[in-house]
Amino acid sequence: MSGPSTYQPQNAFLKWFEARLPIIGLVHSSFVAYPTPKNLNYWWTFGGILSFMLGVQIITGIILVMHYTPETTMAFDSVERMMRDVNYGWLLRYLHSNGASMFFVAVYIHMFRGLYYGSYKEPREVLWILGVIIYLLMMATGFLGYTLPWGQMSFWGATVITNFFSAIPIVGESVVTWLWGGYAVGNPTLQRFFSLHYLLPFVIVGVVVLHVWALHVVGQGNPTGVEPKSGQDTVPFTPYATVKDSFMMVVFCIVFAWFVFYVPNYLGHADNYIPANPGVTPPHIVPEWYYLPFYGILRSIPNKLAGVIAMFSSILILVFLPWLDTSKVKSASYRPLYRVFFWIFVAACLGLGYLGSQPPEGGFVIAARILTAYYFIHFIIITPLIGLIETPKPLPNSISESVLKSSGAVAAVLAALVGAAALLMTPSAARAQEGAPEVPIPPRNSWSFAGPFGKFDQQQLQRGFKVYKEVCSTCHGLKFLSFRNLADPGGPGLYCRAGRGDRGRLQGSGRAERPGRDVRARRPRRRLFSAADDMEERGAGAPALQWRRAARHVRARQGAHL
Amino acid sequence: MTTMSSAEPTRRDFLYIATGTVAAVGAAAVAWPLISQMNPDASTIAAGAPIEVDLGPIAEGQVIKVFWRSKPIFISHRSKKEIDEAKSVNVASLPDPQPDSARVKEGHDQWLVVIGICTHLGCIPIAHQGNYDGWFCPCHGSQYDSSGRIRQGPAPANLVVPPYAFLSDTKIRIG
Repeated sequence: MSGPSTYQPQNAFLKWFEARLPIIGLVHSSFVAYPTPKNLNYWWTFGGILSFMLGVQIITGIILVMHYTPETTMAFDSVERMMRDVNYGWLLRYLHSNGASMFFVAVYIHMFRGLYYGSYKEPREVLWILGVIIYLLMMATGFLGYTLPWGQMSFWGATVITNFFSAIPIVGESVVTWLWGGYAVGNPTLQRFFSLHYLLPFVIVGVVVLHVWALHVVGQGNPTGVEPKSGQDTVPFTPYATVKDSFMMVVFCIVFAWFVFYVPNYLGHADNYIPANPGVTPPHIVPEWYYLPFYGILRSIPNKLAGVIAMFSSILILVFLPWLDTSKVKSASYRPLYRVFFWIFVAACLGLGYLGSQPPEGGFVIAARILTAYYFIHFIIITPLIGLIETPKPLPNSISESVLKSSGAVAAVLAALVGAAALLMTPSAARAQEGAPEVPIPPRNSWSFAGPFGKFDQQQLQRGFKVYKEVCSTCHGLKFLSFRNLADPGGPGLYCRAGRGDRGRLQGSGRAERPGRDVRARRPRRRLFSAADDMEERGAGAPALQWRRAARHVRARQGAHL
Repeated sequence: MTTMSSAEPTRRDFLYIATGTVAAVGAAAVAWPLISQMNPDASTIAAGAPIEVDLGPIAEGQVIKVFWRSKPIFISHRSKKEIDEAKSVNVASLPDPQPDSARVKEGHDQWLVVIGICTHLGCIPIAHQGNYDGWFCPCHGSQYDSSGRIRQGPAPANLVVPPYAFLSDTKIRIG
């Protein structure tokens, strides 16, 4: 993407092809021969990680759509079905939901990298603004996607966020009705959110292409902030940057996989496993963690319109940053004063995030107001002022010079890191050994369906389903029941066995005299053992097996409802 | 645009402007259906017809919730104490000044009918909570009094009173 390609194909076919569509040359000059500053550190690998995460989200998302139904009465169930019955559905959904979080982890690191090393400064202003646009699109996409499972948090998140627009004077209400397609968040809202959630990632891809294009026109920044001056300052993108990016991507994937496989719901909210209820707002609603700082800003301002304006300005102010920063020195490594305020700013953002997750009461509100004020003061007053009063450290003459000088320091830092890691590892290993006997070890069963090549015992499943159709389905739908969990201790397996004993009575005439049963369950069964013909009707009439247990918890939680 | 440089507007200039205008009007005409389709559809509007509510079974002090146009409507059977509290407030001191008499129907002081949606960001406030014998919004901490007026918190306005009328002493029609 930067000037004519130096790519010289040897193969006759490639020569012929290159003369007609020079796409291989384009890739070669952008990602192989492209000169990268040789002093890039690991903070520069997050751009590649972000592209990778965008790919992960698009691939898993497209697959999820194959199993998802964007309709209010079915959305929640289709997600549950995906989690329980679809092969590897749980994996794909957890990859997608945790992938969103990891995407934001990477983008925040990427953005703070830019703030620290002055990546927004001349000549990279357009590159930076494109980045802000991508970030806004990401926020919109994340919000729309969070609505789709149609749990309580989805519904109320959608209600609160769309109500931001009701703060607009005069036309606000009409705009919100237009967004909803009704008088409240409902089915039309879900369907359009689904459509847009599918669209926006591809818009992001488009802007990412512009972002990379702009990057390759002006060249990458680097930790010194001194532009490359000769061939000595740069190395080819492949293999140097490719390998460094790939290594960090693997490290990042380990963290990602840890979330997916060990704490897949840690970053979510338990309330979103309750189906959406337009009549009851959950007692404490908070957005996903990646919106918390902005939510903190919104809530800190006691006026509705002003709060919404402050929240949007807190992001839009980034667009003006290239002109708010008056310093000519890019990297904070050579800006002793700015560096201090950079870290204070990071702390303020984290603080706002924490306050955004807390209930809006007492001291939290005051603290949030102070930090909100600081957030804007940082950009509007501190950043321009520091550039004027600060005396930067002397810059190196070239990248090569700084690299040769700092290699000793890097070795020291590495040694310290290794030492710290060793220190951290030792006590935790000791703890694991002490704690081992206390943890009860569940018995290991040899399930036929365990492992990657396991198979369900088809006959066993069909026998079980037959029992269900004969006995359990009299009262219970399968709506919230997991076929995979039928054998769990205390699960519906016991329930069915107990029912089988009085099967005769259930089928006999005595059945109609049983008191307190839902009338819809009493109707004679037409085709006993056919496929799931009337499952849905039953599901609507009687509570599903697992749902009965869950409902008790829900009721306990929502004791105060009207 | 044009290679001719003339101080006087020519016929060609007129044609350019006229063509551009027609194109703009055409684009707007085409854009309108694309925008309008997002508004509530005919069935949603039809389902927003008035509803009748029987007030008979509502005990004093009880708040019930009915849905009209998929919005929750609170119907509160206020106790004597709640009515007195609502009336004794200094109206001028309220963030959204409105006397209690403007929020209930004359002669039906015990019945308060409001749309149960917080005027801040659309959550549903919880009844019989907060410091003012009214509602408390769990989302951002707005508090409403026994007349549904905003007393504390970020909400800008009082709970909205929907259009309704008493058909008899124990029956209202909302909408």
